[in-house]
Amino acid sequence: MARQYEMVIGLEVHVELATKTKIFCGCSTEFGGAPNTHTCPVCTGMPGSLPVLNKQVVEYAMAIGLAANCNITQTCKFDRKNYFYPDNPQNYQISQLYMPIARDGYVEIESGGVKKKVRIHEMHMEEDAGKLVHDEWDDTTLVDYNRSGVPLVEIVSEPDMGSAEEVISYLEKLRMIIQYLGASDCKLQEGSMRADVNLSVREAGSETLGTRTEMKNLNSFKAIARAIEAERERQIELLEEGKPVIQETRRWDDNKESSYAMRSKEDAQDYRYFPEPDLVPIVISDEWITQIKSRQPELRSEKLERYKKEFDIPQYDAEILTESKKMADIFEASTAICGKPKKVSNWLMVETLRLLKENSMEPEDIQFSPENLAKLVDLAEAGTINSSVAKEVFEKIFSQDIDPEKYVEENGLKTVNDESALKAVIEKVIAENPKSVEDYKGGKEKAIGFLVGQSMKAMKGKADPGMVNQMLKEALK
Amino acid sequence: MDILSFTALELGKMIKEKRASVLDAVKAVIERAKAVEQEINSYVTLDEEGALKQAEEVQRLIDSGTLTGPLAGVPVAVKDNLCIEGQLTTCSSKILSGFKPIYTAEAVLNLKKAGAVIIGKTNMDEFAMGSTTETSYYGPTKNPHNTAHVPGGSSGGSCAAVAAQECYYSLGSDTGGSIRQPSAFCGVVGLKPTYGTVSRYGLIAYGSSLDQIGPVAKDVSDCAAILEAIASHDTKDSTSVKRKDYDFTSALTDNVKGLKIGIPRDYLGEGLDEDIRRAIRKAAEVLEERGAVVEEFDLSLVQYAIPAYYVIASAEASSNLERFDGVKYGYRTPDYEGLHNMYKKTRSEGFGAEVKRRIMLGSFVLSSGYYDAYYLKALRTKALIKQAFDRAFEKYDVILGPAAPSTAPELGKSLTDPMKMYLGDIYTVAVNLAGLPGMSVPAGKDSKGLPIGMQLIGNSFQEKTLIRTAYTYECATNKQYVVPANIGEGV
Repeated sequence: MARQYEMVIGLEVHVELATKTKIFCGCSTEFGGAPNTHTCPVCTGMPGSLPVLNKQVVEYAMAIGLAANCNITQTCKFDRKNYFYPDNPQNYQISQLYMPIARDGYVEIESGGVKKKVRIHEMHMEEDAGKLVHDEWDDTTLVDYNRSGVPLVEIVSEPDMGSAEEVISYLEKLRMIIQYLGASDCKLQEGSMRADVNLSVREAGSETLGTRTEMKNLNSFKAIARAIEAERERQIELLEEGKPVIQETRRWDDNKESSYAMRSKEDAQDYRYFPEPDLVPIVISDEWITQIKSRQPELRSEKLERYKKEFDIPQYDAEILTESKKMADIFEASTAICGKPKKVSNWLMVETLRLLKENSMEPEDIQFSPENLAKLVDLAEAGTINSSVAKEVFEKIFSQDIDPEKYVEENGLKTVNDESALKAVIEKVIAENPKSVEDYKGGKEKAIGFLVGQSMKAMKGKADPGMVNQMLKEALK
Repeated sequence: MDILSFTALELGKMIKEKRASVLDAVKAVIERAKAVEQEINSYVTLDEEGALKQAEEVQRLIDSGTLTGPLAGVPVAVKDNLCIEGQLTTCSSKILSGFKPIYTAEAVLNLKKAGAVIIGKTNMDEFAMGSTTETSYYGPTKNPHNTAHVPGGSSGGSCAAVAAQECYYSLGSDTGGSIRQPSAFCGVVGLKPTYGTVSRYGLIAYGSSLDQIGPVAKDVSDCAAILEAIASHDTKDSTSVKRKDYDFTSALTDNVKGLKIGIPRDYLGEGLDEDIRRAIRKAAEVLEERGAVVEEFDLSLVQYAIPAYYVIASAEASSNLERFDGVKYGYRTPDYEGLHNMYKKTRSEGFGAEVKRRIMLGSFVLSSGYYDAYYLKALRTKALIKQAFDRAFEKYDVILGPAAPSTAPELGKSLTDPMKMYLGDIYTVAVNLAGLPGMSVPAGKDSKGLPIGMQLIGNSFQEKTLIRTAYTYECATNKQYVVPANIGEGV
């Protein structure tokens, strides 16, 4: 019988932070720009230049660390990672090894209906490198240092994932947290979020870890999923053939859907890490942490739990409402005005999603104001308009953000609740439809529907159908 | 009176009072340098054209009343590891051949604001690694007091230039004694400030946690005035400190009554030249006569300072010097195949033997498996040395001792035995490890006629106590050691 294998996966995720300036100098982090225009003596490694830490980088890193349930290292330090490569102007990268800013956290993921915690080993701050541009014509390589010194955080997970689905779920969760915080736009394609996958396989149930490889150059969730599957198969094949898996760094080629070895552990470099003497330790006070926490926007998971508790909203609805921050913001603002969370939620869950879909729009594209939605909820709830009129009005709100009170008034859409007026209409309908009256009285209960419809028509839709129904039944007793 | 014989402050006053012009002074030092450079070799670059241009500009600003400071118009020389925009800056290394920085070091900018005229860049041990200025790619500097001897190092060019009257004062840098030891050898006053007092922005780093820029001067008053000009809190240097006091010249008072001075017994023991021991004891007596209380004490841990220093400084240097790779600036080997071959050949050809030795030493102590045993242990030793000084400064205001165990050695006698050369730093390196201020003041000559320097060490931020002590000593001894040395005049 074929042996069963399982995967053990850990991730190293690099996230480019959304600061305006670089981590150790005042140069712009803006994307693009002619080569070497966003540079200065510091980010080009000029002799005698010195780094000065950008405080915003620490604050973003703290925010991410706290959101990922990490302990913040209250005296943290930078270290130098030494290696020679031309994209790295000093030939050392300023990073954190010995005292990273955050440690021992976790994020909760859900995959295949199962909840799971993925532990975070540590998270550190570091600087990005420049870009090498190869000139095929001249056969020379040029360096562009515009990206040199752009701030990054690297989030290192424990090997807690066992499938591509879990990996994607973890990445989506991280991305959502970081986007909610405004700390990065986390675009994989543009490289503002990069994931390296550490993967090993072992026989199912085994306690010992297999030899792992590290996969680089993964530019989309799809590429990550494909690379994980391919690497799983490659490693299993090796083991089945009785060959060892070699600990190495591999590069994924998404076009060929295969990877190749970049370097093995044997020629792994000794980075000779040591404390960066040009920067002083960062001392993070309790007050600073409290301040960052208080500025922290509510994250999706907290929001979701709160919606369920505070508004008595079902899990499914809460998930949809919090999936986009825009949707959640409208929900809360409308609810705050009208005090009817379930009604507001219904409008968003049903009509809004339908209209978004019909118009191929994203929740971020919603234009209407929470005030007008709240007014509509109140109008419908008070019976001022009936539900079919309300839907018609909502479409106007969705497309033009009209004021529903005015609109209903101007177009005479109010439900008529005047009993004497209704009575007159009903008497007329009974008189004009003797056949249906007879059918109803003869036991055909459904015939009342036709009579309600005729009465509503006579009222031009502005009556409450329930009320009409009841009055008809009374009249036909 | 010969314009060259003035101190910086005297010249500044003359210029202010229009009894001398900036141009007179600049021309005089350049003439002097041209006359003696053949023999002394203080300069890597003597910028005659630039200096004459600056002289005019500075004179204009003095005349218009814009520049009023005491050093306005006074010619200065700057060690060649300080960046000056558009001016050759080599660290006396082949690897920085042709390198012209795109910015100017903060300390030099501060001097310019004070109205200094920069006449050139001074020779040094390559990347400040050495104690004799013999490791320079541009040839050794010689001691103006006796050209068969070295000027000390690594700021040998800066100290020799002051001693030989090739400038009125200069800037040096001190990582393990590189201002104090050559000042002692050349008979000038040199001061290494408390770590963080002078911005390191634009100082090409050797050992970042130990490097400090400081003044080299003809006397104590000049030294205080220069420090006042260059010290500043600089947000471009994260290790720069915002001090409460920058008024160093206010400490130029002839009064040490009640001052407690400690002499470490460990500093007067084996290995110290008898002439120097006698000179230090004599200096102590002079200060005692002026009302100071002097006693000997045990500092302890003295023997651990050198190994700790060479581990830490070399480790930092091995990383700091990685940027010199032939990619961006300076020297690149003419023939190579591929990137790694270019790196190897450029660095093999571009660095001298002493620099390579320290890069290898530093890389070794940081490599995995050795980090704890060497680098971490050295950091712990550093902390213990600081504690030993803390204890001493509970009892004493100033520590007095020699700056070096001997006077200037003969040329060509030091590099063959690097261990012996390293041991020559025994009295100076601990001060850098502890981040303290230290000052070297001329204290007579030995039997061979070579200058002896006494070292004053203060607690952190106590430069003023050092200046007061040195000034009192200078007054008491009537500047018997005064520059110039008699070179070019029948040596």
